[in-house]
Amino acid sequence: MSGENEMKLEFDSRSCNEGFARVAVAAFMTQLNPTLEEVADVKTALSEAVTNAVIHGYEGAVKKITVECRISGQTLFVEVKDGGKGIEDVARAMEPMFTTREDCDRSGMGFSFMEAFMDTLEVDSAPGRGTRVRMTKTIGRTEPKYE
Amino acid sequence: MEKEFQITGTSLIIHLPAEVDHHSASRLKETADRLIQEENIRRIVFDFEQTGFMDSSGIGMIVGRYKNIRFMGGTVIAIRVSERIRRLLTMSGIYKVMDIYEDLPRQSGLL
Repeated sequence: MSGENEMKLEFDSRSCNEGFARVAVAAFMTQLNPTLEEVADVKTALSEAVTNAVIHGYEGAVKKITVECRISGQTLFVEVKDGGKGIEDVARAMEPMFTTREDCDRSGMGFSFMEAFMDTLEVDSAPGRGTRVRMTKTIGRTEPKYE
Repeated sequence: MEKEFQITGTSLIIHLPAEVDHHSASRLKETADRLIQEENIRRIVFDFEQTGFMDSSGIGMIVGRYKNIRFMGGTVIAIRVSERIRRLLTMSGIYKVMDIYEDLPRQSGLL
């Protein structure tokens, strides 16, 4: 029904663009006829990935973040990429409550939220080589809550 | 529009915005920390009435303020929390240190 569709966004790693990226992806996924809960799940996961790029990837410097989305059938594929400093130990970074930036009130829950709200999560990163986060979520698998 | 920050006695009520993310949290915590220091705040009330979206940056902002105020024997509560926000608070574990009320609790003397 939904078939295939793709989009790509590239924007500055400024914190004000976190909201922009969320709204753009939320709008793109409406063709899958998601529930409000599903939209909120994707917005939260996307927000975590983009915020990571702003804070950790580029450490506040203004460079480019790309968000690519693809729809295939009822599945949404999301990829968030930065060319920043990369993650030394990905497994450790993904542990709940682990953060390298306690100084700026980071909760260490970013990857945990991405995992909780999406169906799959894949993180590709190496020091000096940037970070790529890939997530998928199949929409409409669960019955809408109030039907 | 209601003011974002409201002080009653030694309580600071923070009327959170529609979206609590890294962008808005950075701004909020700056003002909150200044008020906590200057106004001798002992209780922070996070009011989620307007809030439809929050991510882990919001959690970090709340935990950070809790740490600041706990040091001086203060407490933190949340009010008017939607189901979605409640789920995030539960997942992150902060509900252990922060009571959640439907509205401002009477016993606080804030009503």
